[in-house]
Amino acid sequence: MIVAIAAAIGVALGLVLQPTVPADLQPYLPIAVVAALDALFGGVRAWLERIFDDKVFVVSFISNVLIAALIVFVGDKLGVGGELSTAIVVVLGIRIFSNAAAIRRHLFRA
Amino acid sequence: MNAPSVRTGNPWRRMLNALLSRPTRGQMVVALLCGLLGFGLVTQVHATSSTGGLGAARVDDLLGILSDLNSRGDRLRAEISDLEASQQRLRSGAGQDQAALREARARVNTLGILTGTLAAKGTGVVVTVSDPQGSVRAAVLLDAVEELRDAGAEALALSGVRIVASTPITDAPGGGIAVGRHHVRAPYRLAAIGDPSTLAGALAIPGGVLDTVDRRPGAHATVTRSPHLTITALQPLQRPRYARPAQ
Repeated sequence: MIVAIAAAIGVALGLVLQPTVPADLQPYLPIAVVAALDALFGGVRAWLERIFDDKVFVVSFISNVLIAALIVFVGDKLGVGGELSTAIVVVLGIRIFSNAAAIRRHLFRA
Repeated sequence: MNAPSVRTGNPWRRMLNALLSRPTRGQMVVALLCGLLGFGLVTQVHATSSTGGLGAARVDDLLGILSDLNSRGDRLRAEISDLEASQQRLRSGAGQDQAALREARARVNTLGILTGTLAAKGTGVVVTVSDPQGSVRAAVLLDAVEELRDAGAEALALSGVRIVASTPITDAPGGGIAVGRHHVRAPYRLAAIGDPSTLAGALAIPGGVLDTVDRRPGAHATVTRSPHLTITALQPLQRPRYARPAQ
């Protein structure tokens, strides 16, 4: 319950404040968001499999975001930022899809 | 495969229970992270839509977009100079049209005075011919009209009838003079617009119009110069029946 409310509050804050992304963070925010989405789907799947753990979720969420940002940072320094961003999005997208498939099997048994 | 290992219990019911249950401290942290995720998501969406996606674009893409924009700007600039040139052309054309219109109006005025379709005013003379015995014939008045024309009279009227190039002046049967379709009687009043001294001088030369009139029995002519003479009599315009402009 509180999770849904907090997410709604976050969305509302973003809509109301309409913050501008600092230029330094601009390459990292989209990747971080995708990484966080991956962590969220993984958490939902774990919860449905009754192996959800708060600590694991928090650590995986934060580390996902940080590692994604770090990879983009290193890629930018190496001159392959665009390619690495694409790679991260592809990998995380595949993970999101497989997690979503697992969630679907739990919810609909199909 | 990722087949579920635990199938006990309806997952929908579990979700409902979780939604209604009291939050634990662990859930607080999860909620915080989810709120952060929602915030970041909306922020990113907003940033992407407000910058038209340029914020997330890479340097190569930006360079491509920039050169695209530059070439488009060049094209638009060329179009601007084209349009300005044609505007210039049209404007000067409009000026020429206006000049032609002014010229045509001036022509209409000149022709209107010559053909007697416009009232005329200006300096001129008025010749009054008193003729109680009816001894002044059309030939005398015609001489007077010709003399005034020679002296540069630009508009003429005889006793309120406009005289133009085609107006006949003849003796009327039973006395008086026929001017075109009108019949006038003495005293005759011949108004002429032109240079007053030239007109008066032309009438007063020895053996001229005034002398001729005064030799007729009982007739007398006087010339009055007028600085403001107005001739309001008009002649209807007659379309030529046979003559056509030859180009």
